[in-house]
Amino acid sequence: MERKMVCISCPLGCRLTVTWEEEKDIAVKGNKCAKGESYAQEEILAPKRVVTATVPVAAPLAAAGADRRLPVKTSLPLLKRYIPALLTELYKMEVKPPIRRGEVLINNIEGTGVDLVAARSLEER
Amino acid sequence: MKNSIYDVAIVGAGVVGASIARKLSAYTSDTVILEKEWDVSFGVTKTNSGIIHGGFHYPTSTLKGRLEVLGNIMYDRLQQELHFPFRRCGILVVAFTVEEMKTVEKLYMQGVENKVIGLELCNRDRIHSLEPKLNPDVIGGLHAPSGGVIEPYRFVFSLIESAKKNGVELRTRFKVVKAEKKKDHFLIQGENRESLRARYLVNAAGLYADEVSAIFGAEHLQIKPFKGQEYLLDRNAVGLPEKVIFPVPSTVSKGILVIPTPEGTCMVGPTAIEAINKEDLSTTQSNFEKIFHSARRLIPKISERDIITAFAGMRPTLEGNDFYIAISEMQPKLIQVAGIQSPGLTAAPAIGEYVKDLLKTAGLVLTERPDFDPFIEEVPRIRTLSPYEADALVQKEPAYGEIICRCESVSEAEIVAAIRRGHTTMDGIKFYTRAQMGRCQGGFCSYKILKILQRETGMSIEEISKRGPGSRIITDRVGELAVKPPPAAATSTEEGK
Amino acid sequence: MIEKIYDAVVFGGGSAGLAAAARIAGQGCSVAVLERENELGGILNQCIHNGFGIQRFKEDLTGPEYAERFIEMVEDLENVSIFLESTALEVTPGTPHSVFAYSKRYGVVKIECRAIVLAMGCRERNRGNIGIPGTRPAGVFTAGLAQRLINIDGYIPGRRTVILGSGDIGLIMARRLTWVGVEVLGVVEIQGYPSGLTRNIVQCLNDFNIPLYLSHTVSEIRGKDRVTGVTVTPLEEGRMVPAKSFDLDCDTILLSVGLIPDNELSRKFGVNLNPETGGPFVDAGLMSSVPGIFACGNVLHVHDLVDYVSEESERCASFVVDYLNGAYHTQHHPIVSGANVKYVIPNKYLPGMTNRFYLRSLVVKNKAELVISLQGEPLKRKNLAHVQPSEMVSFLLDEQDLSPVSESAEKKLEVSIY
Repeated sequence: MERKMVCISCPLGCRLTVTWEEEKDIAVKGNKCAKGESYAQEEILAPKRVVTATVPVAAPLAAAGADRRLPVKTSLPLLKRYIPALLTELYKMEVKPPIRRGEVLINNIEGTGVDLVAARSLEER
Repeated sequence: MKNSIYDVAIVGAGVVGASIARKLSAYTSDTVILEKEWDVSFGVTKTNSGIIHGGFHYPTSTLKGRLEVLGNIMYDRLQQELHFPFRRCGILVVAFTVEEMKTVEKLYMQGVENKVIGLELCNRDRIHSLEPKLNPDVIGGLHAPSGGVIEPYRFVFSLIESAKKNGVELRTRFKVVKAEKKKDHFLIQGENRESLRARYLVNAAGLYADEVSAIFGAEHLQIKPFKGQEYLLDRNAVGLPEKVIFPVPSTVSKGILVIPTPEGTCMVGPTAIEAINKEDLSTTQSNFEKIFHSARRLIPKISERDIITAFAGMRPTLEGNDFYIAISEMQPKLIQVAGIQSPGLTAAPAIGEYVKDLLKTAGLVLTERPDFDPFIEEVPRIRTLSPYEADALVQKEPAYGEIICRCESVSEAEIVAAIRRGHTTMDGIKFYTRAQMGRCQGGFCSYKILKILQRETGMSIEEISKRGPGSRIITDRVGELAVKPPPAAATSTEEGK
Repeated sequence: MIEKIYDAVVFGGGSAGLAAAARIAGQGCSVAVLERENELGGILNQCIHNGFGIQRFKEDLTGPEYAERFIEMVEDLENVSIFLESTALEVTPGTPHSVFAYSKRYGVVKIECRAIVLAMGCRERNRGNIGIPGTRPAGVFTAGLAQRLINIDGYIPGRRTVILGSGDIGLIMARRLTWVGVEVLGVVEIQGYPSGLTRNIVQCLNDFNIPLYLSHTVSEIRGKDRVTGVTVTPLEEGRMVPAKSFDLDCDTILLSVGLIPDNELSRKFGVNLNPETGGPFVDAGLMSSVPGIFACGNVLHVHDLVDYVSEESERCASFVVDYLNGAYHTQHHPIVSGANVKYVIPNKYLPGMTNRFYLRSLVVKNKAELVISLQGEPLKRKNLAHVQPSEMVSFLLDEQDLSPVSESAEKKLEVSIY
C-alpha cells in the first residue's frame, strides 16, 4: 500500500511517500528529519493532532457574559478519535481565575498521557 | 392617550413621514407615526444620496418643483434646531459641448423663474476655479450655491427625536396590514395583532404606499420600484470634490453624480434601473463599470481603489412624474403622499407644511402647542472637538474618552446615546454615530458594539441584529453546537486538491 | 490636561510594539505604549492555534503564549509606561513629536517624545474593498472578526459557512469553525494554488474533508436579512465562467482576502507611504520619511511569521535608541526590487554593517535564485528551494557582501528572483 502525504511537524512541509505491507513495515521517503518519519508512522497507525480551543471563564460579576474565554491546548498531539469528545467536555468546563499559564486543567485525557493546559495566565478581576 | 383615538396616524417613518410628524408636533393634536421596520429611516430614506437640490431641475408648475424650492430654504433653520450634518457646499451641472451648454442655460432660466437665489452661469475659467478637480474637457456649467448635502438618516433621527419630544408617539415594528373604517375613525391593525385608532391618516409609506392605500380603501396606486446603485469612497480619496457634480440631465434621470458627504467621504452614483421587485436591493458588477466610467468622466481622479462599500436603494415611482400629495378622493380623511422620489428629500420640510395644511382642509382642527420646543439636545461628537475640549468633556463623562470606532473616531458615549434614543440595531447605531461606516467596515468595533448593546438593553447576544428580526449577527455560543466526529477516512493529502 | 514626556512612544501593544518597547526600555530609554484594547498582545490574543515561536524560541506555541513572553518582558521593565484602552486621535510631527491619547481613565493626555514607533498592525480587506455583488444581509464577516468573536467572546457567527480565501487565516478558521460545530461547506480560492501553508491544508481542510475550490471565486451573495447562499464561479485563464457557476446554501460567508497595513496615523504624521507594501518607505534603520518616526511589524508590511515581526521590531528599536542618543547614521543607499520581486524592506541599506531584508516574490517557482546586483553585476546569490508570494523571504547583506559598493559610484542595489 502506498500513500502520499505532507508532514505537518514544522512549516517546511516535506512531501512524503509512505509504503507499507503490514502495520510494522512502514517505510517513509522524502522527510528531511526524524520528525517526518515518526509523523508518517503515526498518520498511518494512530493519527494525532494538537488541539487548541477555549473554555469559559467564570465571571460572577460580569453583567453580559464573561469578559473573555481562556485559550487552552493539549500538551501533546492527541489521538484524533478523542478530539470531539474532548472539545465537548471542555466547552462545558468553567475555570476560575487566577489561572497560571501551563496549569493542567484536564489530566491524562482518556489515559493517553496527554493533558489539557491553560495557554495563558488570567488574573482575578 | 393610548386607549383613545389618535387625531392623526402617519404610516411610514422615512424622511417624508418624519417631516410631517415633526410639523404636527407643533400642534396639540395627538399624533402617532407607524413604522414597519425595527427603526425609522430603514426604508427608502436609508439609501438616499443626501442631496439638497438647487431648485432648478423642475418648473414650479409642478408640485415637486414648488416644494423643492420651498424645502431647500428651510434647511438652515432645521439644522440649527436639530443638529444634523448639513453643508451648503453648492451644486455644479457641467457641460462638455455647446449643445449641453444650451441645456444648462435652460436649467438656469428655470431656476431664475423659480426665484432661486445665487444661480450662476459659468464659463470654462469660472467653473474650473469653483471645482479644480473637474475634467479639463468641461467647457462650462451651472453653479447653484444653494445646493447642499446632508446625512438623510441623521436628519430623520433628529426629526423623530424632536417630534417625540413634543408629544408624537412612535411605534416601530408596526406593519399596517388591515384597516376598518368606523364612523369617525379608522381601526388600524398591525401584523403582530397590535391595533390603534385614528381619525385622520397620512399615507407616507414610500415603496408600499400602494399597498397601504389599498388597505385603507383608497385610490389604486401603482408604485414601480426603480433601483439605484451607489458606491461610498474613502475620505482620503484623491478625487473628492468640494461641490456636488452633476452631468447634464437626460430625459430619464439626473445622471451619475459625484457627491461629497457632510462628513468628508464621497459617493458616486446612482443608477436608475427598473427593479424586478421592491425588495431586490442587490448590487451588480455591470453597474459598477457604468458608474465609475461616468464618474471619471466628471472627475478623472475618481478611483475604484477608494471604494469602501457599495449599496443599492429603491425609488418609489408613480406614473405621472410628479408628487402625489392630496386629500384622497375616496377616503376624505386620508392624505396621500406617494411617489416621492427625487427631489423628495429636499422637499420634505415643505411637504410637512403642505400636508399639515391638507389635514386642516380635511377638517383637522390645529391648535398651536404653547410649549413646543423646536430644539433637541446636541450630542457632542468627540471627533469634532479639539483635544482640550475633548479632555474637559471626558473629565465630566468618561465614556467620551473610550474610542470604539477608530476609523471614524466614535466614542462609547455616542453609541450609548444612540441606543438610548431607540437605535438598538447595529445599522441603527451605525447611522446615528458612523461607527462601522469607515474603512474597516466594523472589523474592529463590531465586537465592542455588541457588548455595549447587551449591557445597555439587556438583549441577549442572539437577539442583536443588523437591522431587525431575521438579520441577527450571532447564532449560537461556543458549546451549544455539537462537535461532529471526524470523517471516517481523511481525504488524500495531495497538494492542490 | 495631563501632560507627559517620554523618549519614545510606541503605537500599538501587539507583537511588534511589545518587542520594540522592551528593547528600547532595556537600553535605558523611557517609552510609552499606547494600546486601544483592554489588554496587551494585539492580534496574538485571538490566535489560539499553535505554530508560533518555532524559529524564535524553538518551541511550538499558541499566539497567547507567544504574546505572554513579551508582555512579561515589558511588564518587568521600569521605564515602560503602558496606556491601555487608549487611542491616539491627534498627532503632530515635530521637535518634539506630540500625541493626544484619548482614554476613559485619563481623559485626553498630551504626550511629547523625540521618537515614535509605528506598530499599529493591519486591518482586513473587506467585502467593500473587493466588491462582491449581491445583497447586504447579516452573516458576512471577515475571518479575523469571526476569529475574535469565537475565540475571545465565545460567540458563533453562523451554522453553515463558506470561506473565501485559502490564506492561513481562512484555513485556520475552517478548522476552528468545525471544532465549534459549524459546518464548513468549502474554501474558495481565486488562484490556482492555495496561499496558506500546506500543513494547514492538511490539518484544517483534509482532516475534515472540507473541499478546496481552487481557481474559483464568490460572484454573488444572496439573502435579504441574513445570508441564504452564495454563487461560486470558476475562473479559466483569469476570467470568470458564469455558465459553470454553482450555488452553495449557507448562512455565513467568511472573507479571508488579504490584510492592509493600517497607516491612518502614519498619514497624519505626513509619512510617505509605499504603494507596493501599503506601509511607510523606510531607510536602513526602519525610519520613515519623517525624522524620528520609525515603523515595524505589520504596519510596515504584512508578515507571515510573528517570529520575523519580533526580529524586525527589535532591530528597529536598536535604531530608535541610536537616534535618541544622537548616533543615527545618515548615509543610507537605496535597494530596489528588480525582476519578479514585489517589494523589499527596508528600502535602504547601510554599508558598514549587517543588513537584514525581507522580501516577497511575485512568482511561484521551485529551485529559484535570489540575486542582489549592483549596476547589473551580481553581488550576492542565494538559492531558494521554493518561492511563492505568500511566503516571505529573508536575506542578509553583511559588510563583506557590500564591500564592492565602496568602490562604485553607483550605490543602488537591485534584488531579483530568477
